[in-house]
Amino acid sequence: MNTKDALINYCLRLADNSMIAGQRLAEWNSCGPYLEEDIALSNMALDFFGQAETMYEYASQLINNQKTADDLAFRRSEREYFNCLLAEQPNGDFAYTMMKQFLFSTYLKYMYETLSSSNDETLKGFAERSLKEVKYHFRHSSEWIIRFGNGTEESLKRAQFALDELWRFTDDLFCMNATDEELISTGITVSSDSIAAKWNLTVKEILQAAHLTIPEKFNVITGGYSGIHSEHLGHLLCEMQYLQRAYPDAKW
Amino acid sequence: MVKDNFTDSHTEMASDSTMVNKVWELLNTIPDPDIPVISIVELGIVRKVEIVSQKVIVTITPSYSGCPAMNIFTDDIRQVLAANGFENIEIKTVLSPAWTTDWIKEDAREKMRQHGIAPPENDPDGEFIFAKQKHVTCPRCGHADSRLVSQFGSTPCKALWYCNNCNQPFEYFKCH
Repeated sequence: MNTKDALINYCLRLADNSMIAGQRLAEWNSCGPYLEEDIALSNMALDFFGQAETMYEYASQLINNQKTADDLAFRRSEREYFNCLLAEQPNGDFAYTMMKQFLFSTYLKYMYETLSSSNDETLKGFAERSLKEVKYHFRHSSEWIIRFGNGTEESLKRAQFALDELWRFTDDLFCMNATDEELISTGITVSSDSIAAKWNLTVKEILQAAHLTIPEKFNVITGGYSGIHSEHLGHLLCEMQYLQRAYPDAKW
Repeated sequence: MVKDNFTDSHTEMASDSTMVNKVWELLNTIPDPDIPVISIVELGIVRKVEIVSQKVIVTITPSYSGCPAMNIFTDDIRQVLAANGFENIEIKTVLSPAWTTDWIKEDAREKMRQHGIAPPENDPDGEFIFAKQKHVTCPRCGHADSRLVSQFGSTPCKALWYCNNCNQPFEYFKCH
């Protein structure tokens, strides 16, 4: 794979991660447990859509504007999407969503920290700005996880259930393929091993504070970055892309 | 000929710098749609104005990724400049270095306060979990006895706070 193709794939991965996570959070719109939390979830969805837009625009530039940012977001099917499996999982209850947010935003925090020293100026600027935003997401979800764990028997039970269900998708966050190999060799990104190490430390620390136990037995499922997804992504895209598919080029 | 050329380019340079100043002045009249008491220049998102071969190039750095105001900024810049005779305009977006609340001008902070929004205060602990919250000064009554209600508010840039003294909620412009 040449560097340009790898960079395009990588931009799509970053954009798709944000887009799909944002779409899931937006499903909470007007369904949040209370008003301030509803606003918080929508705010985080908005951060994600903004991040996705920046990366779709960059990918569009890299392919000489043959496709617009909107084409990339709304006219690719699931095999062409490179988001991680964790982001596409359904919301479940509030504890489930927060566990997803916690595992994901901890990853994004360390990933953007690392990407802030990329030798690609656009990725560097994108990562610097996004990092400021996901730090809030990380803090917000971590505090919820600790509250659930130290709250009632019911909140602890639900948080533990979420962890048991979602843990199998966490290896997928750090998977590397030909895209990563090419970009690591050119200094645009670095190996995800260092990100995984930091992620593990922080996640374990917070789970411990929340009296939550990492499941011992689980089936590792990976493939998101290579376009192999769970059944849930197709359903999500059906809803998200409906308007652009039914009325191509419709403008706001 | 040589002299003429010199005179021409000299005149052009002088008029360029006058034009640049004029553009800055005009940009300073464009309000932030969310906080109309401060301009986009005071907010610190306009990084550079230059004139290259008669074209006005305005460089901006977006504040928040998903801030809907960003599209309004660029529309407003085009509109205001066009209305004042600047037809040839390019708006460039530069991502790095990322926008920070440190770029908000000092007098704009006072304007925010008078508008009922607490301006950003340096908050190095903000990212730590269950960090001991500093107390933000209430923009209405001036007391520091306040508490955080939510890190997320009515716009991406604001958090929701509550003043324990005057028992009123207020908005705080997050340190970013």
